[in-house]
Amino acid sequence: MTDAQLEEIVFRGLRQIAPEADPTVLLPDENIRAALDVDSYDFLQFLIAISEETGVDIPEADYQKVFTLAGLFRYLSAALAKKPS
Amino acid sequence: MGEFRMPSLGADMEMGTLVEWMVKPGDRVSRGDIIAAVETQKGLFEVENYDNGVVQELLVQPGTEVPVGTVLATLSSEGMAPAAAPAVPGRTVAMPVPAAEPAVKPVPALSPPQPAVSAPKRLPISPSARKLAAELGVEIGAIPGTGPHGVIQRADVERAAQEKKAAVQAPPPPAAEKPAAVDYQSGMRQAIAAAMSRSNREIPHYYLETAIDMSAALSWLEGENLKRSIKDRILPAVFLLKAVARALAEVPELNGFWIDNRHQVQESVNIGFAISLRQGGLIAPAIHNVDLLSLDELMAATRDLISRTRSGHLRSSEMTDATTTVTNLGDLGVNTVYGVIYPPQVALIGFGRISERPWAENGMLGVRRAVTATLSADHRATDGHRGSLFLEALNRHLQDPENL
Repeated sequence: MTDAQLEEIVFRGLRQIAPEADPTVLLPDENIRAALDVDSYDFLQFLIAISEETGVDIPEADYQKVFTLAGLFRYLSAALAKKPS
Repeated sequence: MGEFRMPSLGADMEMGTLVEWMVKPGDRVSRGDIIAAVETQKGLFEVENYDNGVVQELLVQPGTEVPVGTVLATLSSEGMAPAAAPAVPGRTVAMPVPAAEPAVKPVPALSPPQPAVSAPKRLPISPSARKLAAELGVEIGAIPGTGPHGVIQRADVERAAQEKKAAVQAPPPPAAEKPAAVDYQSGMRQAIAAAMSRSNREIPHYYLETAIDMSAALSWLEGENLKRSIKDRILPAVFLLKAVARALAEVPELNGFWIDNRHQVQESVNIGFAISLRQGGLIAPAIHNVDLLSLDELMAATRDLISRTRSGHLRSSEMTDATTTVTNLGDLGVNTVYGVIYPPQVALIGFGRISERPWAENGMLGVRRAVTATLSADHRATDGHRGSLFLEALNRHLQDPENL
């Protein structure tokens, strides 16, 4: 999976939970939930969508690592690199 | 013969607009079927029928705004038992009542529509797509539907709006967009203002609060979630809901209504779950029989409710059946919430953020994850002693997570 594909999956997921917001203006280190006003249900919904599309299951203990775009991309790339393709 | 009336979808509703009929004359309908879509200041709702029978006549055309209680359609009861009692006895909700005169003959199931009504031509479109089309100023007739059976969906409307915009090449956004949003906002604010003003005018509130140690509950939940795939994980908010239902079973006086100067305790525990809307405002649809649901079922029900709230597919019963309300502001930095009771309910339970706090116990000071639970209750129905028993029971259930 290329970085561009990953980015598209993430942005599509964000548009689903916050349709009126433009996720491309998010800063890499901005807290996604705070910036887009996303509650815990919607954030879980977002992570479920990501995991369905990428096959990466993010354990609850790792949620704090994916609160920012930079953290999320880093996490997903690392997990995908480890996966046998 | 029965009548299907504009329902009251909450204490704050006076008028409703019939947006769409899901049935036509001659259709057989059962109790619980969704037969119309209605729009109120709080959004779009799917209205359920309370009778078994055959639709006889549609009296109100889509797009018409009518007061609560207006007869929208007549149903023939086909020798069925008279309309069942409204789900919530004694509520001032306008429900279909069995009409006195059986003069009109039941219409056979296959009879053509009554000419007087000239059943409106129904385009297959989801209610939320119809609403979106109105907001975006898109002609519905011109949209190709891509949903099941050619149903027009939100995505189709969005695409049509994009194409229209591109074709017109008009630099300013459609003029209709802004006023629609403003109307929605002011309508929602007015609805909330009406209900909350009534609450503060009529209900003598009392407030109690207690801090609850969440260590046991959270460790148990984390252990459970570790075993589960992301789709099946349970959020702490759902855990709190379940504990509320358990505690209400012990202190049922807080689960019910105050109507006509009378305290009406309810048997079913239907918890109104406050959901803040992205467009602004708030809605508290009911999750039915929370006391009877397992944690997994409750998690699924809550997710379903939230997604239907967002997509405009809430059902009328969800707007009328709540016997108490839970508000959870734990996602924000708030520690404590003192809620305003939603009439005619008699209690509201609030939760703040779960956070680490200094905690003194058995002569030792430590750090625990804790939450502040509050109870706003109606002093006409209960006193502080009952309220304290409730918060105590809530605490006790949260210390015993395996048995929730």
